[in-house]
Amino acid sequence: MPGLAIEREILIEAPIEVVWRTVTDADQLSQWFADRVELVVEPGARGFMEFGDQGGPVVVETVDPPNRFSFRWNYARGAEPGVGNSMLVEFTLTPEGEERTRLRVVESGHELLAWTDAEKQRYADEHTGGWGGYLDRLATLLAKHQSG
Amino acid sequence: MTVQTDDELWSAIGDPSRRRVLELVVSNEEVSASWLAGRVPFSRQAVSKHLVVLERAGLISRRRRGREVIYQVEADRLDQVTRAMAELAAQWDQRLATIKRLAEAAHAENNHAANENRREL
Repeated sequence: MPGLAIEREILIEAPIEVVWRTVTDADQLSQWFADRVELVVEPGARGFMEFGDQGGPVVVETVDPPNRFSFRWNYARGAEPGVGNSMLVEFTLTPEGEERTRLRVVESGHELLAWTDAEKQRYADEHTGGWGGYLDRLATLLAKHQSG
Repeated sequence: MTVQTDDELWSAIGDPSRRRVLELVVSNEEVSASWLAGRVPFSRQAVSKHLVVLERAGLISRRRRGREVIYQVEADRLDQVTRAMAELAAQWDQRLATIKRLAEAAHAENNHAANENRREL
């Protein structure tokens, strides 16, 4: 059963190697993500991320420089992230010329983790516009009925 | 509410058929299972199962009207979900914007250092 996914992307005026370092260096991670990061960027490595008074364990899943980096994390302090209880964050870097990189992030619910890449792709293709679009549409419908 | 850990909710709207059912409930206010079954390409039994899951996730509720069971959307819950999702998306937008700023600054610094080296040569 598919889970919920949030997909965002941005175009960066820098070569892919520079973006890769920004996304994966522990020092850099602490600047754009968590307040405190303890993480070795190797597949299967376990680490920790802290956000103010919240934080939890992180497990690195894919490290494929300079294109793919993913980790699982859990908002609940203490629980070890694994299939069935955590969120998967996947970064995909795509070069657009020599000095420009498209960075895409997908944060997905644990149900999606059981899917193969081909299944995920098909799901994504069938649901272009994604979650944001679906929920926006529902919200609009809802507002219409509440005011009517 | 934390959407991140709300498994029932995530599963409930993770399924495309179920999303279709939810959308029909939302756009038609008060509906019965048989009315829904006439508007979707799957069986009445499947519709009933989807309604149970949506109800358990708090997205819809049911009541009896005469001999019929009528379903309607739980607007507050749906509103909560929509807002929580928008918040998560906004958090990622902010993080991506920070990555962009950091990477572009690092790139500018690299270029600057390269130019300095060329000048020295």
